[in-house]
Amino acid sequence: MDKFTTVRAIAAPLLRINIDTDAIIPSREMKRVSKQGLGEGLFSAWRYTKPGSRDENPDFILNREPYRQAQILLAGKNFGCGSSREHAAWALAEWGIRAIIAPSFGAIFHSNCVRNGILPTTLADQRIQTLALLVQEDPKKNQIEIDLGTCIVTGPDGHTDSFDIAPSDREMLMEGLDAIAVTMKRDDEILAFQARDRLKRPWIYL
Amino acid sequence: MGQTIIEKLWDAHSIADLGNGNQLIYIDRVFFHERTGSIALQGLEAAGRNVRNPEQVFGCMDHIVDTLPGRTDDTMVPGGSAFITTTREAAHAAGVNLFDLGDDRQGIVHVVSPEQGIALPGLTLVCPDSHTCTQGALGTLAWGIGSTECEHALATKTLAVKKPRFMRVGFTGRLGYGITAKDMILHLIGRHTASGGVGYAIEFADEAVRALPMEARFTLCNMGVEFGAWSCIIAPDQTTYDYIAGRPYAPKDHTWDQALAYWQSLPSDDDARFDKEITIDCSTLAPQVTWGTSPQHETGIDGMVPNPANEADINHRQSIERALEYMGLEPGTQLAGLPIDSAFIGSCTNSRLSDLRSAAGILKGRKVAAGVKAICVPGSGQVKKAAEAEGLHRIFTEAGFEWREPGCSMCFYAGGDNLGLGKRTVSSTNRNFENRQGPGTKTHLASPTTVAASAVRGCLTDVRTLEPNHG
Ligand code: SF4
Repeated sequence: MDKFTTVRAIAAPLLRINIDTDAIIPSREMKRVSKQGLGEGLFSAWRYTKPGSRDENPDFILNREPYRQAQILLAGKNFGCGSSREHAAWALAEWGIRAIIAPSFGAIFHSNCVRNGILPTTLADQRIQTLALLVQEDPKKNQIEIDLGTCIVTGPDGHTDSFDIAPSDREMLMEGLDAIAVTMKRDDEILAFQARDRLKRPWIYL
Repeated sequence: MGQTIIEKLWDAHSIADLGNGNQLIYIDRVFFHERTGSIALQGLEAAGRNVRNPEQVFGCMDHIVDTLPGRTDDTMVPGGSAFITTTREAAHAAGVNLFDLGDDRQGIVHVVSPEQGIALPGLTLVCPDSHTCTQGALGTLAWGIGSTECEHALATKTLAVKKPRFMRVGFTGRLGYGITAKDMILHLIGRHTASGGVGYAIEFADEAVRALPMEARFTLCNMGVEFGAWSCIIAPDQTTYDYIAGRPYAPKDHTWDQALAYWQSLPSDDDARFDKEITIDCSTLAPQVTWGTSPQHETGIDGMVPNPANEADINHRQSIERALEYMGLEPGTQLAGLPIDSAFIGSCTNSRLSDLRSAAGILKGRKVAAGVKAICVPGSGQVKKAAEAEGLHRIFTEAGFEWREPGCSMCFYAGGDNLGLGKRTVSSTNRNFENRQGPGTKTHLASPTTVAASAVRGCLTDVRTLEPNHG
C-alpha cells in the first residue's frame, strides 16, 4: 500500500449524493477472485456507453481531459454507501484516485479506503460546492492540496480547511502499516481476554 | 448514568483502548460468503496466517451460486465458479465451517446465521457483507466489514473500531392491515434520508417493534445499512428467546440458563443517554414503495412520483431528477397502477418463512398477470423445506411463480440471471440502486405482500385492496 502524506492534484467533481458502491464498481465487473484488474470497471455503467462494452461515454467526467489525470474526487454526501465490496476501493485506487472529499461516507467504504491507501476527507457540503466551482473554472490550474500531516485541505483560492480523521486511520495511511501485525503485538491481551471471557460466557465457545 | 444496550456490548468486548475513541473489540463470530470471503481467506493464506478459532467461523455459498434446480458449481455469473471453488478450498484448508451447495442448511448468510443459532444476543458478529446488521435483531452487535478487515478478524479475533454515536429510533402505534416491517423501515429512510443514520449505532425500540415477530425484526434491521447506520440492534425479549431455543448452535441445558440471565441484563437502562432520538408513528402507515434509485426515494402506495421542482435542497432536487430519468417516470404519476414486467420475492430482507406465507396468502387461488415474470427464492434450505412441508411451493407455482433453490439470486446482477434488463420490477429486496438488478432494470422496493399483489394485478398495487384468499 502506498504511503499517504500529501497530494496536490487535479480534482474531479462528481457531486451526486448517495453514490453507492454498485455504481463505483458494478458486481458484473468483479470477474475474478482478485484485488487487481478492477480499475477498468470503475464506474462502468456511467463511463461506458453500453453494459459490457468499453466504448467511452464522452460526457462522463472521468473520460474528459484533464480529469483523466484526477487523483482527487469531490463527491456528494454518503459517498460509498451500499454494498461492503472492497472492490470499490481497489478499483478507485487502481484508476489513480488518492483521496475523496465528501460531506460524509458509507461506514464500510470509509474503512476500506483507509486500508487501501485512499484518504477519505470530510468537509462541509458548502465548501465542497465552492471547491467544485473553482475546479471547473480551470481544472488543470485550480488543483487541490491535501496534507495528511497537518490535516489541512488547501483550495485553489488559498483558503484552508482542517479535517478530522481518527489517529489510527491517519497512522495507517501515513505509515502504510500492516494492521494485523500491529494488532498481533497485543496477542497477550487478546489471549488474556479470551481466558477470562471463557469463564464468564462459556456458551460462546463452541 | 445508565447504559444503552450497544454500550453494554461495546464495553463487554473491549480489549484495549487505542486512543481517541478507537478500541480493540473482541469478535465472537465471523461469517463469510463466496463473493467477498473468498478474497479474505485467500489473502490470509497468501500471507501465511492462520484463522484463530476456526470453529467460530462460518461460511455460506449464497451470492454467486445459481438458484435454478439442479445447480452445480458452474454458474451463469461469468467467472463465477472460481469464487465457489476458491472459497471451498480455502475454507477447508482453514478448517472453518461451511454450508456448501447440497447442504440443506445452505442459504443467504443473514438468514442462515440466526436460523442455526449462530447469531445470539450479546455476541459481536462480523461478515464482509453490508447487511450483517440484519442480525442485530437478536440483540447481536453485528456489522458489515470489508475483505481486508475480515482477514484481520479471522487472524486476530479482533477489530479496531471507532466507538459509534448512539441513536434511538422509536416506532410507536399499531400496524394496520397489510402493513409490515418493510414498510416501517422504508418509511424511516424516506423520512430521514439514506444518510440519516451515518455515524450511528441504532437501537430500534417501542411498541411497534416489540409487537413484531422475530422474522419481521430481521427485515427491520436488514435495511439499517440503507439508512446509513453502522449497525442496528433490537433488545432481546421473550420473542427472541422463544426463537433461539432449540436451534443447533444455541446454548442448551445449564448453559442456556446462564446465557439467559446474561441476555436479560442487556436491554438499555431507563436512564441511558442517546446522542439522537427519533420517533416514527406507524398507526397511519400505508404500504410503502420506492419510485427512484435510492431507498430514500419512497412514498406510500397511495402517493405519486414527486416533482423535483418542489424540492428546495439542490442536492436532493438533482438526485430526484436523475432518478426519474433512470426510472422513466414523470412527476405526478400515481404509483398504484404503474405497470410492471417482473416481480421478485427473495433476499436477506424478505425471504423467510413468514414472508413466503404472507405472500402465499395473497397468491392462493390467484394467477400472476399475463406477461409478468415472477420468481420466488427462499432464503435458505431450511426455509424452503419448511415452506414445502406446508405446501407453499404449490401455491407459488400454481399462481405462476418460479420456485427456486436458496441464495441471493436476482437481488443483484452479476452478469448472469436477471429479471429482464431495462424492465420494471417490483422486488422484496433492499436496494433500488441504478443497475443493481441488471443494466437499466427499474426496481421498485416493497414488502412481499405488495410484490405478490402487484404480480397478480400486473401493476404496483395497494395490497389492502386485495384480501387474502382463504378459499
Ligand atoms: S440477498 Fe442481496 S442484499 Fe442480501 S446478502 Fe444477498 S446480495 Fe446482499
